[in-house]
Amino acid sequence: MNDMRLTERNVASDTAKMRARKVQVYYGDNHALKDVDVDILDKTVTAFIGPSGCGKSTFLRCLNRMNDTIAGCRVEGEITLEAENIYDRRVDPVQLRAKVGMVFQKPNPFPKSIYDNVAYGPRIHGLTRSKAELDERVEQSLRRAALWNEVKDRLLSPGTGLSGGQQQRLCIARAVATEPEVLLMDEPCSALDPIATAQVEELIDELRENFSVVIVTHSMQQAARVSQKTAFFHLGHLVEYGDTGQIFTNPRDPRTESYITGRIG
Amino acid sequence: MSSSLFTQDARTTARNAAERRFRACGLAAIVLALAALVWLLISIFSAGAPAFRQAFMTFPVTLDEKALDKEGGRDPAKLSKVTTVSYAKLLALGLKAKAEDLGLETTGMKSKDFAKMISEESAASLRDRVLADPTLIGQTIEFTVLASGRVDGYYKGRVTMKTAVKDKNTSPEQLALADKLRAAGVLDIRFNWGFFTMPDASDKRPEAAGLGIAIVGSFLMMALVLVLSLPIGVAASVYLEEFAPKNRWTDLIEVNISNLAAVPSIVYGILGLSIFINFVGLPQSAPIVGGLVLTLMTLPRIIIPTRAALKAVPPSIRDAALGVGASPLQMVFHHVLPLAMPGILTGMIIGLAQALGESAPLLLIGMVAFVRDFPGGFFDPAAALPVQVYNWTVRGDPGFVERASGAIIVLLIFLLIMNAVAIVLRRRFERRW
Amino acid sequence: MNPGFLLLLLLVLGGLGFAIGRNRALSLAQGDSRRLHSLPDYYGWFTALMTSFPGLVMVAIWMMIVGQKRPDLTVLLGGACLVVAAAGFGFGLSRITPDFRARNATERLIMWLLVGASLIAVLTTIGIFLSLVVETGHFFQLYPAKDFFFSTKWNPQFRGGSDLGIWPLLWGTLYVSAIALLVAVPIGLMSAVYLSEYASSRTRAWVKPAIEILAGIPTIVYGLFALITVGPLLRDWFAQPLGLGDSASSVMTAGLVMGVMVIPFVSSLSDDIINAVPQSLRDGSLAMGATSAETVRKVVLPAALPGIVGAVLLAASRAIGETMIVVMGAGAAAKLSLNPFEAMTTVTVKIVSQLTGDTEFASPETLVAFALGLTLFLFTLGLNVIALVIVRKYREQYE
Repeated sequence: MNDMRLTERNVASDTAKMRARKVQVYYGDNHALKDVDVDILDKTVTAFIGPSGCGKSTFLRCLNRMNDTIAGCRVEGEITLEAENIYDRRVDPVQLRAKVGMVFQKPNPFPKSIYDNVAYGPRIHGLTRSKAELDERVEQSLRRAALWNEVKDRLLSPGTGLSGGQQQRLCIARAVATEPEVLLMDEPCSALDPIATAQVEELIDELRENFSVVIVTHSMQQAARVSQKTAFFHLGHLVEYGDTGQIFTNPRDPRTESYITGRIG
Repeated sequence: MSSSLFTQDARTTARNAAERRFRACGLAAIVLALAALVWLLISIFSAGAPAFRQAFMTFPVTLDEKALDKEGGRDPAKLSKVTTVSYAKLLALGLKAKAEDLGLETTGMKSKDFAKMISEESAASLRDRVLADPTLIGQTIEFTVLASGRVDGYYKGRVTMKTAVKDKNTSPEQLALADKLRAAGVLDIRFNWGFFTMPDASDKRPEAAGLGIAIVGSFLMMALVLVLSLPIGVAASVYLEEFAPKNRWTDLIEVNISNLAAVPSIVYGILGLSIFINFVGLPQSAPIVGGLVLTLMTLPRIIIPTRAALKAVPPSIRDAALGVGASPLQMVFHHVLPLAMPGILTGMIIGLAQALGESAPLLLIGMVAFVRDFPGGFFDPAAALPVQVYNWTVRGDPGFVERASGAIIVLLIFLLIMNAVAIVLRRRFERRW
Repeated sequence: MNPGFLLLLLLVLGGLGFAIGRNRALSLAQGDSRRLHSLPDYYGWFTALMTSFPGLVMVAIWMMIVGQKRPDLTVLLGGACLVVAAAGFGFGLSRITPDFRARNATERLIMWLLVGASLIAVLTTIGIFLSLVVETGHFFQLYPAKDFFFSTKWNPQFRGGSDLGIWPLLWGTLYVSAIALLVAVPIGLMSAVYLSEYASSRTRAWVKPAIEILAGIPTIVYGLFALITVGPLLRDWFAQPLGLGDSASSVMTAGLVMGVMVIPFVSSLSDDIINAVPQSLRDGSLAMGATSAETVRKVVLPAALPGIVGAVLLAASRAIGETMIVVMGAGAAAKLSLNPFEAMTTVTVKIVSQLTGDTEFASPETLVAFALGLTLFLFTLGLNVIALVIVRKYREQYE
């Protein structure tokens, strides 16, 4: 694809939505993430890249406290969302996750109808007051996920009956239906074919208008195509963080350069 | 959506409360299930523990020649005509004499009352002893008798002075005397070996009822189940798992086996009654029939874990054996079966344990019959542990409830041992591939 | 000559056959086993099988058909066995040459043995079905089927003129089973949910086996528990104070105790099924900000529903076929009543009571037990088949 685009693209905002300072993550005795400092900017796509096992997915899961569900996982340091520490004892992960949504590697639609899949979030959080409002929310979310035209005639058929790419867009629709402020995506295209990948990437670029998006990816081309900011992780360290164009054309750290040119990872 | 993360909105508070309630419900369910288990065990153990202790009385008995052998010829035919009633009288006299010797207060006690303190069973065992050795007649011997069920029950809290007032079979005076005899060392309470060795006893003699025949019967049946179901079960599993072509016919066999495993056990009893007893003509109440019925019932329950154990052996082992030129049967018997053996044996033991505790089918093939003679083989009438329990629960005398619960403790201990062996086998020998 | 002795004799002859066959093969090869097609043992096995197997089959068939009815004829059987054994031995020995493929021949025979073993399960089913159907046929010759299926009275008389309607028994069975399921399904399901979604792996490691102990306890133990503990307790604390009756054995007693017995069937099956729901669905729900309870109720349980329905059906079939608990806890009076504290009776109780004691096989009062047995068999078979199909479909969905 057109890699030249990235130099033309301007970063929409400089205000930090989320801020991570000195984040450490331990799995039991294993020190998985060390001293990570990152700012997630508002209305921006941030890509996390790095070789397998470098900690990028772990860090992503820290951002909406999905690591809480893993036994033996411990997080230290400070992560804030709009200046509020999300690991503060007063914070309810349930409320946090309504603001920081997540899309997973493998499409995981619930074994329910397409409509119920998208309506799930608004229903549990009580975001709508009437059936009409809910209908509207579902339609809007499906439109945002660029799925509406394909499924509008079969909203009541099961979500598991869709193709892989459609399922992943359904999961994105489901995530945006709660109107999160940040959307985390954990390798959202790794289970998809190239055409579906292209559709999802296009979608990510559109989502930037309303959300700040964090995407973990194995594909450097993908990071270059969709993101404005890139963070490179290696062996549990955040090696380098900066504008995507700068990371890919003029990396400061030799490790980043080796990775980008294919010598490590 | 700009509200602070630090304050919970009303909806989140309510949702979190629902979450806590849900969690509490789950915990409550587990607590209830475990409480039921504990309650069940406590209730059975507290009811059954007394069965392992028993009141005995030891005193000299004069085997009066006038009562036992009037003509003095020691003719066995004539001796065997003397009934237990005569012996019971001698025992009562002996006890009375002992009490008077010790200078114990016996006011209000007739000789009939002394007789009632002694188990009727003891008269029979005294008679057996005399018939076996007629030279004892005319002598005075030290003899140990079982105290009657009521006196025994008095020391187990089943009988009290209050209940004794209305009870035809005992009286407060008897119980008072029993206390004094105990103080004098004539009556004492010991471990009840007889409970494991003696045969069942009739309706009015709970104190003499034992599990001897039931244990032998259960053992014979388990031996038969083991000998038949292990080879057949392994052979069937090997065929289905290793050799059977995957077609409709083998699919039918598989569905059939999983259904047989869920058929109510009483249906197997009907099968045993109509095929083995009515059609083949095998005797009722015999371990052979019980063993066959339990084998048929156990087979599908063994085949299922055996197949799982065979399936757990990785295909690479099979490829390796075939690769060096072993025939498929050699592959199975030299490699797959030995590796699957721990799993097979574990399944077998658990299947046996289930068969040991099974009672419903045995009721139908006559294992409820009252049996007093130890079986000499598979074709003689016998009892079975769980059926003996049932048998005792339908008797009138409350002493039998204690016996039934005691029998269950014995049964549970057998099961515990079998399951412990299975667990050890699994822990020691199970391989993870 | 008794059949047990015959069996032993045949085995000994087989052993002799093994030794002779093996020696013969070796001597034909002039002691060099490499000249033989198969290992020497296979020649032995072949001769042994040829010698004793036909006789063993004859004894087995004899036992099934003649049994112990004609002890005088066993001499005949013995003679026949010896002749067959000698013939088989001769045939086996005559086949032995160095080129004879003894391993292949032996393995073919053993394969037939394996097939035979797997057929025993089928024969058992046929045996159950035939014995039930034949005797039920006799019953319906003596007693009108219409009355059996439609009469609401159960009142067997030893002098004839009995009412043998199945409805009071079916009602008791279903009532007891319903109470059992009302106890077992919520408790079993909630324990499974708690164990798989909330409990730490250490808690799980000892609570799960502890609950499964309930399944390993023989039903006679539950029966006694109902009889000596639960029955009197319900009578003294509920039935009598509420004026609902004064019987210790009641539908409630049997139902509650049976419910406890069925808990592990529901909980361990549901546990397997809940664990088969992929973790990604849970993650998806939690990442939306759902609480664990919401995830379980709205995602996990609906996804696991078919499997759980299967588990409940299996538990129901278990409850319907259970005998000892109802024999000792439910009572013997055939009644159509709604009062759960009243003694009622079930199909299994009546099978036991009509078939124990002196069984006179010509009377409808005895034969009715087979019709009840057939009803029970078909009922539980239907439930099992439906449950197995549902569970199988469900497993395939996530494999």
